[in-house]
Amino acid sequence: MRRRFLALLGFATGIVAGTLLYRRGTRGRRERVDLYFDDGSMISLTDGSPDAAQLLPLARRILGEARATQ
Amino acid sequence: MDAAQALADLTEISSQIRAAVLFDESGEVAASTLDSEERSRELAQAATDLLRTAEGLRTGGDGELTQLEAATVDGSVFVVRQGARRIVATTSPEPTVGLVFYDLKSCLRGVEDDPEPAKPRRRTPRKKESEAEAQG
Repeated sequence: MRRRFLALLGFATGIVAGTLLYRRGTRGRRERVDLYFDDGSMISLTDGSPDAAQLLPLARRILGEARATQ
Repeated sequence: MDAAQALADLTEISSQIRAAVLFDESGEVAASTLDSEERSRELAQAATDLLRTAEGLRTGGDGELTQLEAATVDGSVFVVRQGARRIVATTSPEPTVGLVFYDLKSCLRGVEDDPEPAKPRRRTPRKKESEAEAQG
């Protein structure tokens, strides 16, 4: 009975840990634009915001131009 | 150091950088790692547009935009400006951001440190020649 409970607990812990690691990994890969100013301030615009929606297509255009010649 | 040499050093130092173009505030390309001149011009123009659009987004604060990173799933775009000079570079996804910025700024500084080309020295006529001319 106890062994069964431990096995179940281990399985559940594994699932939670795996989900957290997966979320952490995918969050790092979210598209964003970071702007740095000379007064030391920084603005991070994440994908989905109206400001990022203006900048990300330009960034994709640059990546496309660069890739086309390589 | 001239712009082409600075860019060659940059790509040698930083393995993360796939492509880079050095240009000025008017969009004129000074050096590029791309083979095509036309593509280099388009890249410089797109980077100028990116900077201009990003500048327009700031509503408060007096700070001037000096650098930006746009991270996408296909890779990152970096734009850095120092004075009239600008550099745009592309990298693979999830680069070491601080290191790339450092390398790009070093590259720009390297170009800026370029001393002015020496002015051609005026050739002074030899004494004998001038004497001969005076006699003749």
